[in-house]
Amino acid sequence: MKQEPILQVIEASKSFGGVQALVNVSFEVREGEVFGIIGPNGSGKTTLINCITGFVKMDSGKVLYRGKEITNRPPNYIANLGITRTFQIMRPYYSLPAYKNLIVPLFSPRARKKGGWRGGGKLGDRETVSIDILEEIGFERDSFVPYKLASSLPTGYLKRLELARCLALKPEIILCDEVFSGLSMSEIASMVPLIEKLQMDGITLVMIEHRLRELFRVANRVMVLNFGAKLTEGTPQDVMQDEKVKEAYLGSEKLLDYTFEA
Amino acid sequence: MNKEIGTIERRKERLDRGIKVRTEGIYAISSLEEVSYLVLPRLILIIGLLLLPAIIPSLYWKRVISITCIYALLALGFDFLANFVGLVSLGGAFYIGVGGYMAAILNKSMGLSPILTIPIATLFGAIICTLLLLPALPLRGVYFAIVTLMYPLAIARIIEALNILGGTDGILGVAGFPTRWIEQYIIILIIIFALFGLRRLVNEDIGLVFRGVKDNDQAVRASGLSITLYKSIAVFIASGLGSLGGAYLSHIYMWSGISQFALDFSIIPIAATVIGGGGTLVGPLLGCFFLVPISEFLRAFGTLRIVFYSIILLTFIMFRSEGIMVYAQRKYHQFERWVKV
Repeated sequence: MKQEPILQVIEASKSFGGVQALVNVSFEVREGEVFGIIGPNGSGKTTLINCITGFVKMDSGKVLYRGKEITNRPPNYIANLGITRTFQIMRPYYSLPAYKNLIVPLFSPRARKKGGWRGGGKLGDRETVSIDILEEIGFERDSFVPYKLASSLPTGYLKRLELARCLALKPEIILCDEVFSGLSMSEIASMVPLIEKLQMDGITLVMIEHRLRELFRVANRVMVLNFGAKLTEGTPQDVMQDEKVKEAYLGSEKLLDYTFEA
Repeated sequence: MNKEIGTIERRKERLDRGIKVRTEGIYAISSLEEVSYLVLPRLILIIGLLLLPAIIPSLYWKRVISITCIYALLALGFDFLANFVGLVSLGGAFYIGVGGYMAAILNKSMGLSPILTIPIATLFGAIICTLLLLPALPLRGVYFAIVTLMYPLAIARIIEALNILGGTDGILGVAGFPTRWIEQYIIILIIIFALFGLRRLVNEDIGLVFRGVKDNDQAVRASGLSITLYKSIAVFIASGLGSLGGAYLSHIYMWSGISQFALDFSIIPIAATVIGGGGTLVGPLLGCFFLVPISEFLRAFGTLRIVFYSIILLTFIMFRSEGIMVYAQRKYHQFERWVKV
């Protein structure tokens, strides 16, 4: 694995009124790895992603992408660099069929630069490309699912649609905000290979997750947040043994049991 | 009659016609009958609009048709902005006024003919409206509506107070059209092109971006597209349609004045959209062809006009709140039958 950082966050701070959501959080993500961010509810995980992708302006701190500063740039600028995100609460275009949902990211400057005016270069128009992406992410091409309105799709497919929107932008980094939440065990089981496949394709993944067992299976390194501050960082094994982490999650030393029962 | 009242075990089943494959917009056409199924409604609309000036005899009602077409342009713009981009705009009067004054000024002070003033007023009117509305674009829903409503009110009072641009008298002596036929057929062709152009646009890739902005603007930003850019393109299109109507209005009446900033131009398009069916584009157009003539017809009742007008509007809102065209399209595209449960 290459060791140069693709994404660097330096001393990120953000407060909403009196609530300090992030306190001087610094970390690095290396190219090609799966980087997990965990922490109890309200520990600032989603705020961190919002800050990196420009949806929320940071109070202080810096975000560097391949050494270039992208702090507080507009979300569309950051997405066009290849830093894409999924939303925890899915945000599809409910009035459009699933495959038309992907036309929007395929219309972005980044996708157009890579795919030409028609969207797919030699591969065809944008609709062909979007069906290809949907098939890759687990929508069966010959079924009715890709043609259904997004409002009539179940949660599992909407989560996949979120990932598909990121893939349509030909991303360098995908920041996943709880892609496993709200899914059944079998749906999660079918998502894990997908994450592994994305990593094999060379995409760097930053995953916020509450499903620790699944996360620890795919993650190379994990960072723990608590009350907006960074608690620790390391391999999944190290983090699991860390006393501070156990305390943050449980107030006791039962983290191991928790992760293997959940 | 079924004797077990209350447990009538049948329900209405709705089936899409076989011509639709899988989803909206993908059709399988295999016979002339199916071609006519799609072409006929459009053809009836186009021929109907083109015949309108020929079958209506009186000069007064011919003028009403021209005015109706101008309202139809505004209604198309309103429906496009509200139901495809998610911006509720009450700026109809603003667009009409800007376009109208610009055409009048170009005609009077620079001596340009209507062939030139109308396109120039359309283009620059749209640019001016878009620039003025640019600060309001991050707003959504009722807040955007308030800002768009503020402009026509404010500009009319400014013209009145400063006595500029002809003040309360307006600009008189603007050139008219050579004949009634030219006046009517040009605007009818314009609304036909605007209608089918907009319908094409909202199903193109850029139109899907507009609809994305309406459904979920944050997801559009996460997709790498600037929502301000696409909202301003949409406002440019809608205000262009309005300015075109305004410029046309000045040349029809051979006059331009502060009554072009009247709220009628903001309100009637909304009423037409409610009656015709929002999100269909053709609905608001037909709504105008229903509402504006009725409003003229009711003039015979004097001040009671508004009462009858309100009753008609209320009836529609109570009993057909989805709008005529949404209802008609559903009936046309689907079979309905009773089946036993």
